[in-house]
Amino acid sequence: MPKTNTYKLSFLALILVLLCCFFANISLGSVSIPLKEIFKSLVGLSDNYIIQNYRLPKAFTAILVGSGLGISGLLMQTLFRNPLAGPFVLGISSGASLGVALVILGSGFFGGVFTSLLISKWSIVIAASLGSFLVLLAVLLVSSKVRDTMAILIIGLMFGSITAAIVSVLSYFSSAEQLQQYIFWGFGSLGNLSWNELFIFFIIYVLGVILSVFSIKGLNTLLLGENYAKSLGLNIKQSRLIIIVATSLLAGTITAFAGPIAFIGLAIPHITRQIFNTSNHKVLLPAVFILGAIVMLICDSIAQLPNSDYTLPINAITSLVGAPVVIWLLVRKRKMLF
Amino acid sequence: MAVGKKTQNAFLVENKDANIILKTNNLSIGYKTKKAVTIVAQNINIALKKGSLIGLVGANGIGKSTLLRTLTNVQPKLSGTTSLNSKLLEDYSNIDLAKTMSLVLTDTIASKNLTVFELVALGRQPYTNWVGNLSENDLEIVNNALLQTNINDLKQKRCFELSDGQLQKSMIARALAQDTDLIILDEPTTHLDMYHKVYILKLLQKLAKETGKTILFSSHEIDLAIQLCDTMIVMTHTEVISDSPCNLIKKGTFNDLFPKDIIAFDEATGSFRIKK
Repeated sequence: MPKTNTYKLSFLALILVLLCCFFANISLGSVSIPLKEIFKSLVGLSDNYIIQNYRLPKAFTAILVGSGLGISGLLMQTLFRNPLAGPFVLGISSGASLGVALVILGSGFFGGVFTSLLISKWSIVIAASLGSFLVLLAVLLVSSKVRDTMAILIIGLMFGSITAAIVSVLSYFSSAEQLQQYIFWGFGSLGNLSWNELFIFFIIYVLGVILSVFSIKGLNTLLLGENYAKSLGLNIKQSRLIIIVATSLLAGTITAFAGPIAFIGLAIPHITRQIFNTSNHKVLLPAVFILGAIVMLICDSIAQLPNSDYTLPINAITSLVGAPVVIWLLVRKRKMLF
Repeated sequence: MAVGKKTQNAFLVENKDANIILKTNNLSIGYKTKKAVTIVAQNINIALKKGSLIGLVGANGIGKSTLLRTLTNVQPKLSGTTSLNSKLLEDYSNIDLAKTMSLVLTDTIASKNLTVFELVALGRQPYTNWVGNLSENDLEIVNNALLQTNINDLKQKRCFELSDGQLQKSMIARALAQDTDLIILDEPTTHLDMYHKVYILKLLQKLAKETGKTILFSSHEIDLAIQLCDTMIVMTHTEVISDSPCNLIKKGTFNDLFPKDIIAFDEATGSFRIKK
């Protein structure tokens, strides 16, 4: 096809931007490190503690989070044929919130001894995973009874409301300290992951990406609508399940390790469609992957407030940076491509 | 009823299978819920000949869509059998059915951002590899489909830029690219002006002749269908009759198609007239 070359060029440019953003992200932080030192430690000539144990894992986390959320947003938007869909429409983040809320806020109910055991980093990761898994399982079970894909969307939203309500009740009975801890989790955080944690994160993430790649053909067929897709021999139920499982693996682990990071999953697919002007998932999927990583690295660099001691909540920055970009693109092209 | 069935059976015996692509045997269609069974039509015995253009007509709500949905395996039948290329419809896998029967539906396509070429190329999905790459052969078939439907100059346009007529031609091209023996279209002429209605139906007639594919469409354009179809399937409240348009006029089938208070069928012109 004639367009292949322009796509190749765009991809090359995007990969270069990604490398630059990666490097900038590592260079910037509360402590300024000379460029020479950064280069040296990247190629393994010196062991700078901050770079190797703090900034590198954080940059990798940003890449995984950005690309993973972008991909799961794309999957959900195509599956539900809804431009407002994002990675969390099936109640994944609300499930995780419920899990975390039960651990942090609910500790009052469980008693003192239990509390000290419960609130460690892993307990939050496990609670978030369990929460999102259980809510997703409930959504899937109920959904298997309905034939209409749109009904699944509504069911997901309803489960989200139920979990939000339970969290509200828990908050009402919690102390200020517990509430603060819970709110801080809700801000999202890319730092704090050790290489070991990153490794587990990475394995689940790769599984999700592989499933997404195998969904490409089905996603393209779904662009015609479900009836046409079925007439083209697509096994709708199976494709739908693979797409949902891929999304939950990606969005679920991201929420477990980095908190409920908003906006990226919704915005990145739209930005990508505007830039590449196509609906073909063979192009969109890798493009969303790279763009998601780029945007997340930029947001993280800004959130660090270079050379200061403060770190802003990443969740605020993603929306502050991302929303104007989406608005600008829509106004410039005057048309939403979907 | 008895007459229609007899001629139909004689017809079947004569052409025993070789020339028949789709055949139903005492098919009953309708909806089954836990509480009740709603029969929409029963004792349907139709046979679609290879390379012919078949029009399905009937009043609103008579069950044309239900029949098409049953024939395309979207909806389960109540009883009887449907065989496609001498094999029972329910024995087809999704993929094999997609290689034997293609559809043009009334659904609007979900993403209008596709180009016409991409849209038509999606017709090759049953044949492409796991990621959907087009082979040389696929490209040739897609280009052929674009040429046969006269939309080669539109191929880089996006679907939201097309008129209803152009979009309908693209959807027909997509069905052609699917390279199936049978193409079924659900009301392909709705939303089109007089000229494009005839254009689309003539295109279907030409495609049936040139490609040897069997084309079945449902329509409310009874007068046009009478002029263009090889065979027509007429659904009335009591029966489902299939015959050539001429024979159907002779039998007076069209006279009973609608309530007789405001329109009447004029056998001389083959069209409906408003009663004065």
